[in-house]
Amino acid sequence: MTRTGFVIANLFRKKTRTALTILSVIMAFLLFGLLQSVNHVFNAGADFVGATRLVTQARVSFTQPLPLSMVPKLEALPGVARVAYSQWFGGVWQENTPVFVFAVDPLRYHDAYPEYVMAEDRWQAFATTRTAMVAGKQLADHYGWKTGQKIPLSSNIFPQKNGSKAWAFDLVGIYDGKDEDWQKRTNVAFINYDYFDEANQFGKGRVNFYILKLADGARAEAVSKTIDALFENSPDETKTQTEKDFNLGFVKQIGDIGLIVRWILFAVFFTLLLVVGNTMAQSVRERVPELAVLKTLGFSDRSVLGLVFAEASALCLFGGLLGLVLATMLGVMVEKGSGGQFQLRVDAWVWLVGVAAIVLLSVAVGLLPALRARRLKIVDALAGH
Amino acid sequence: MSELMVQVRSVSKVYQRGKQQIEVLHGLTLDIPKGDFVALMGPSGSGKTTLLNLIGGLDQPTSGEIHVGGRRIDELSSGQLAKWRAHNVGFVFQLYNLMPVLSAERNVELPLLLTKLSSAERKQNVAVALQVVGLADRAKHKPKELSGGQEQRVAIARALVSDPQLLVCDEPTGDLDRKTADEILGLLQVLNREHGKTIVMVTHDPKAAEFARRTLHLEKGQLLEQAA
Repeated sequence: MTRTGFVIANLFRKKTRTALTILSVIMAFLLFGLLQSVNHVFNAGADFVGATRLVTQARVSFTQPLPLSMVPKLEALPGVARVAYSQWFGGVWQENTPVFVFAVDPLRYHDAYPEYVMAEDRWQAFATTRTAMVAGKQLADHYGWKTGQKIPLSSNIFPQKNGSKAWAFDLVGIYDGKDEDWQKRTNVAFINYDYFDEANQFGKGRVNFYILKLADGARAEAVSKTIDALFENSPDETKTQTEKDFNLGFVKQIGDIGLIVRWILFAVFFTLLLVVGNTMAQSVRERVPELAVLKTLGFSDRSVLGLVFAEASALCLFGGLLGLVLATMLGVMVEKGSGGQFQLRVDAWVWLVGVAAIVLLSVAVGLLPALRARRLKIVDALAGH
Repeated sequence: MSELMVQVRSVSKVYQRGKQQIEVLHGLTLDIPKGDFVALMGPSGSGKTTLLNLIGGLDQPTSGEIHVGGRRIDELSSGQLAKWRAHNVGFVFQLYNLMPVLSAERNVELPLLLTKLSSAERKQNVAVALQVVGLADRAKHKPKELSGGQEQRVAIARALVSDPQLLVCDEPTGDLDRKTADEILGLLQVLNREHGKTIVMVTHDPKAAEFARRTLHLEKGQLLEQAA
C-alpha cells in the first residue's frame, strides 16, 4: 500500500456518495467545457491581421440599413478591390421553417466571395434572371431543392407591393464551398437584389451591410478606420469590422453571450462548491477518531492535512478531467452532427482554464476540511470532544 | 536497579474546560523499568488515561518532566513528538480504532508508511506481526469481517509492526468478553515476557490487572501505592 492507495481507499469509503459527488463534478466540467468554448468563440474577437474582407454596417446596428449611394464612395477608397452588399430577406419555407436568405448583387457577391463555387453560367443566370435564387448545397440537400425548381418562400419582414408576403423564386443554381470549411457554410440562399428592391413594399435602395474585398490584407485596419471616418457625423455613420467580428456580432444580437455563460458557470460552480465542500466536510467529520489514530501512529499534522487535501483534489481532478474529456468529445460530435454550424471546440485554451478551475475548486473545497484535520488534538479527538 | 524505560518526574496536568481549570495530575512521580508490565487502575477521573497519554507522547504535561527510553519528551514539539511516536511507542485502544476501509494487513502496514522500508520489506514485517498475534490467515479481511478479539489482535499487530520498545494500552479488553479478553491479555503477556516489550496498560478490570507484573493505583491524580 502507498499513501496514494490509502487516499483512494478513503475516497471510496462511501461509494454512493463519492460516485454522486464525482458525477456532479463531471457534469459541471462538461458544462464548463462546452459553455467556455462558446464563450471563447464569442470573446476571442478577430484582429485585422490578414483580413481579406471587411464588413461595414450602420454604427448603431445592422438592422438600420445603409443607402446604396455609399457604393461609389467605398469603391473609390484605396485598398478596396470590390464592394458587395447584402440585405436580409427573412425567408420562411413552407409552414414555419426559417431559412437564411439574403438579397445580393450576384456578380459583386461572386467577386467578393470566390470561396463559393458554382459554374460561371449559373452565376450569369443568377445575374440576368430577375426572380433568380441560388442556394447553398447544404440547404438544397436538406430541403431537396433542384436547379430549375420554383421555390415559394414567404418573408417575415418584407411584403410585396400587393401586400402579400408570399414570394416565389427560380432556383437557377446550387453553389458549394471551395473546401471543407466553406462547405460547412452553404446553408444560405441568395436572391437578386434588384428584383427584391423593386418588388418589396418598404425602403428602397438600402442594404443591411457592405462587404468589402480588400486588395491588400495588411491594410485592413487602416481601410476600416478610413471608412468609419468618412461617414462620421453623417446621417449614416458606419461601423467597419472584420468579417469574423461581424459574424460574431450577428449572433450576439440574442444577448451578451459572455455574460450569460459566466452567470450560468457561476451558478454551476457555486452549487458544485457546496456539494463537494459538504462531501469533504462530512467525510472529515465522521472520521475524526480515525484521523486522530493516524496522528497517534506518528503521522504529522502536515501529513494528515496532505491526506485530506489529496482526497479533495483527487475528487475534483478525476471528475474535472473526465468532464473536460467528455466535453471535448461532445463538442466534436455536435460539430459533426450540425454539419459544422455549431463549432463547440474545446481547445487548448478551454483545457487550460478548465485545469485552473480544477485547481481552484480543489483548494476551495479541500482547504477547510484539511485545516480542520490538521488542527485536531489527538486526546480530544479520541475522547470524542 | 534495572534500566528505566519511563521516568515521570513531578508531573502535573491541568485542563482548561471553558473558564474552569481542572487539575488531573498533581506532581506525579513514577518509574517504569524496561521489560515491565504495569497495570494502571483507579476510579474514573483519577487520571489513568491522562498519565498514559503523557507517557505515550499524545499530550504534554503542564509541568514536570517525562523521559521515555532515555529521551525527554515533554519538551518536544508537535512534529518531533509525532516522529518520536512513530518509532518508539505502539498504541492499543479499547475500541481497536482500525481503519474500516483497509484490510487487516493494510491496517498493520499503516505505521510503516512513515518509514523508508521498501514495499517488500513492509510486507515481510506485516506478515511477521500478524503471525505473532496469530492472524496470518485473516490478512485480507476487513475489520467488519473480523470478531472483536481478532480486531484487537490486528490492532496489537499494528502497534508491534515498527518494533517499538513501549506499548501503551488503554483498556485493551474493555470491549471484549472474558474468554477473548484473557486471550488478548495472554498475548500481551507473551509480548512482555518473550519479546521484552515494556507495557503500560490502563484497566478497570482487576482480573486483567492480574496479567501485569505489577499494578499501580491512581486516585485524584496521585499514585496511591505500588504493589508487586
